[in-house]
Amino acid sequence: MKKTTIALALLLPVAFFTGQYFSGPAMQAPSLTADVSFSGGAAASANAKKSVIDHGAVGQVHQVKPGQLIMDAVKAAQPGDVIQVFPGDYVETVYIDKDNIRLSGVIIDGKRPRLYGEERLNDAILYSGNNILIENFLITKYKGNGIMGQAGNNFEIRHNIIEDTGVYGIFPQLGINGLVEHNVISGIEDAAIYVGMSDHIHVANNEVFDSVAGIEIENSRHAVVENNFVHNNTGGILAFVTPGLPIKDTVDVIIRNNWISNNNTANFGAPGSMVAGIPAGTGILIMAADEVIIEDNIIIGNKTAGIIITDHQNAPNTTLDPESDPTPDKVMILNNLMYNNGYDTIAEAKVLLATEFKQGQPDIIRVGNSNGSCINNPQQYITVGVSKWPACSFTNTDSVVNYLLEEPAAPRTVAADEKGKYVYLGVCTGCHAYTGRLIGPPVQVIQSLYMDEPQALADYILNPMKKRDDYPAMPKQDYLDAETRLAVAEYMLKVGN
Amino acid sequence: MMLYALLLATSLSAADGFNLSQSCPPSFELVAGNRCKLVSRYDMYDSLQNKGVGGTQTALPARRDGFSPQQIDLGRYLFFDPLLSGNHQQACASCHQPARGFADGKALSSGANGQLGNRSAPSLWNVGFLKKLFWDGRSDTLEQQALIPMLAEHEMANTPAKLLADLQANNHYPALFRQAFNTERIELSQVATALTAFQSSLVSLNSRYDHYAHGYHQALTEQEIKGMNVFRSFVARCAECHTPPLFTNQQIAVIGTPEPDGMPFDAGAGAKPGWEKLRGGFKVPTLRNIALTAPYMHSGRFATLEEATEFYSKGRGHAVPKGEDLLLHWHIWEPKLTAEEVQQITAFLGSLTDESLLPQTPKRLPSGLALPTEITTNSQTSGATE
Ligand code: HEC
Ligand code: HEC
Ligand code: HEC
Repeated sequence: MKKTTIALALLLPVAFFTGQYFSGPAMQAPSLTADVSFSGGAAASANAKKSVIDHGAVGQVHQVKPGQLIMDAVKAAQPGDVIQVFPGDYVETVYIDKDNIRLSGVIIDGKRPRLYGEERLNDAILYSGNNILIENFLITKYKGNGIMGQAGNNFEIRHNIIEDTGVYGIFPQLGINGLVEHNVISGIEDAAIYVGMSDHIHVANNEVFDSVAGIEIENSRHAVVENNFVHNNTGGILAFVTPGLPIKDTVDVIIRNNWISNNNTANFGAPGSMVAGIPAGTGILIMAADEVIIEDNIIIGNKTAGIIITDHQNAPNTTLDPESDPTPDKVMILNNLMYNNGYDTIAEAKVLLATEFKQGQPDIIRVGNSNGSCINNPQQYITVGVSKWPACSFTNTDSVVNYLLEEPAAPRTVAADEKGKYVYLGVCTGCHAYTGRLIGPPVQVIQSLYMDEPQALADYILNPMKKRDDYPAMPKQDYLDAETRLAVAEYMLKVGN
Repeated sequence: MMLYALLLATSLSAADGFNLSQSCPPSFELVAGNRCKLVSRYDMYDSLQNKGVGGTQTALPARRDGFSPQQIDLGRYLFFDPLLSGNHQQACASCHQPARGFADGKALSSGANGQLGNRSAPSLWNVGFLKKLFWDGRSDTLEQQALIPMLAEHEMANTPAKLLADLQANNHYPALFRQAFNTERIELSQVATALTAFQSSLVSLNSRYDHYAHGYHQALTEQEIKGMNVFRSFVARCAECHTPPLFTNQQIAVIGTPEPDGMPFDAGAGAKPGWEKLRGGFKVPTLRNIALTAPYMHSGRFATLEEATEFYSKGRGHAVPKGEDLLLHWHIWEPKLTAEEVQQITAFLGSLTDESLLPQTPKRLPSGLALPTEITTNSQTSGATE
């Protein structure tokens, strides 16, 4: 058994608060206890959850209080800054197209800041930057998603309560290295937590309920889903390959130590959505995903089945995608506690049971193909379609603490010189040829004018003044930051053809 | 751009003979082996599994490049030259006009002999990044694709033998092919390679949206930013299919757009045996330079971006003809966009316009034929000429 870690919650380091001056006595940011692990008792565990973000130096702290806009703070924030949002209502869509921002709700006397969509706003929080942390919010009544990530790496989404909010509660997409933990999510029309097309993900210690799908891992690789309380959804935990997406497979997912109970809510998914076809009463659903390990879950009271494993051919609503493999291969079912599942199962399952001369309430149903799968101690379950599966070659996943990256996914480090080259070629060559006149004067001429004065050139392009009667004016390059302007100036002065 | 174009047109004097350029087009770096390699500011980033889809700061997908400057320049002449059509009336550029975002402004294209085609001419901006070509994705490479319109009866209506004979008999082309391919006999594959080389130089990545994406947030107006947020929201879900940085995820999707009145239902990708599940499926098109390429969709059914956007809000399957049972994409639903949101999306799509690397339209063609009339009648907006 895995050991539990005492200090799971990552609290804000004290450093953020020392030296802060808070105006007005009404709302003071509490000073929080520093993050220290329990070191007594049994041998220290390697299981301490670490931050997936390399925060670097802490920047400024921006405080947002009721009546103000969180977005104003985001606009003002620089990478490294912390935005503290105080309890109260905020009616807005927050979008973060920057790196390294901590968006941190401040909880006082049990009250947290509420992002309120008035059933009118689309998404509560959208981010595309790397190293984004979002915590301690209450999000409700949005039409789209609670928290949505587009291609941000190293994200942490934690301690949020998301109620009755549109399509997905938490939806990181196209990201690497992310932690989704200690969130409580309910009343979602699709998946409460939906990890889409992402790698190296940890979804732990969340409560998800009253939604169509509890937790969905889709077209993603290297994910651990553990210690979640998944109840009263239509389907509990899903590992899917959805065809027709640019990332084609789901591989290497561990679903362990979750409590998956009574996921019998009638399906209220939008017609045509991938989850709309899930039969109510499904504990775990594996569709076309490979290398999924199911271990030590408590799976009880799911009326259709505890675990369903299917290929695309047998699933409703799946489109054709010749590039994605429709078969769930190497599914590995270890010990799980399964009880009182399948008590009101679907007709298809009864037919399948009959073909194996079985009756009763199915814990595990497998339809369609599956290669290289295994199951330990199958006699403890009522199963359909897995009787030929051999025992697995192992009994636990204890050696896998998580699949997060050792070091945060680094952004590509681009030397200034390279940046200069990208801009020179990508932008300037549209108007400047090395020799010969294009729209602007030849680079050779510019080189002779500026020689070893790159800063002067960099200054010119920020706000070019008209120089030549027989040329049009050059447009401002003010969208380039100072560093890039200097880099492109240096590059332009040294290029040789 | 117009002003520059005029100035440039007058400043260059036409040389007598034809010499192919020895430098790469803008945004391409000349590397060892006389090859042109695309360089862009998106090279600063990565993308998951190198798929080139993601958010604001995501690398581009794999692209076609590595052609020589001479091949690219030869391709440019061929692209504009009606010599490639059977009756010498139509060039690629007749339907893919530089002044119209490399589309033709028509709902359905018409061929050299006047026949009406069955689909709308798509833009060719950023076509070098596409893995599947044509609305139904039926072609895998630009080389393979290039021969199809030349030989199609309803388009350029040529034959391989006639095409090669015309080129070989021409005063200039044999020498130009020698410069580009070091060859004595012109081959069909060289024509295809040169056209591919030229088309892969049609790069548009310097729009105001791109300035925003690279971190200059003042580049977009409040209205456009609102539009961007609706576009990528999970209500509209546009970005789930039209995914940055190219605004396409390059997948086939069945969304159920209507045909123009009187046109039969177009099965798209589902016309192929065994692909029936994709009946009515089309490749997700890029939305870069989309403001320039009305009318919209495979059938050109929608005249404006507002109409195209409103389509998504009118209800899942609302335009599917009776009797058609399509497996509509799961992201096609009922977002109930407000009129204001439709305006915002349209404004945002306008920020994707960038023609800063528009190639020069040749002033004279090696064949001695006149430039296609479609281009000359639009000449006041047709960008740079030489
Ligand atoms: C849209 C066309 C265009 C683009 C893009 C462009 N330039 Fe220019 N540039 C011009 C024109 C036109 C002039 C001549 C202006 C004049 O003489 O008034 C010029 C002039 C210059 C000069 C000469 C200034 C002087 O003192 O005479 C420099 C240096 C220069 N550009 C640098 C750059 C750099 C660096 C970039 C890329 C970041 C760039 N330009 C992009 C059109 C352009
Ligand atoms: C008669 C008008 C016409 C002419 C001439 C024409 N095209 Fe097209 N082009 C079209 C149409 C219409 C389509 C879409 C056809 C389809 O999807 O079935 C198309 C599609 C394409 C595509 C696919 C783009 C994409 O995004 O999938 C490319 C590339 C292309 N044409 C290049 C060329 C080249 C190169 C030539 C000259 C050899 C040419 N075209 C001549 C009308 C034309
Ligand atoms: C399910 C994937 C999907 C979603 C979601 C989606 N699109 Fe599209 N889009 C497509 C496909 C496929 C086509 C081509 C359809 C056709 O030609 O019939 C298309 C075509 C278009 C076109 C016309 C392009 C052209 O070159 O003619 C526009 C404009 C457009 N979409 C905008 C949007 C907007 C705005 C949204 C969000 C409201 C959106 N799309 C959402 C898949 C999608």
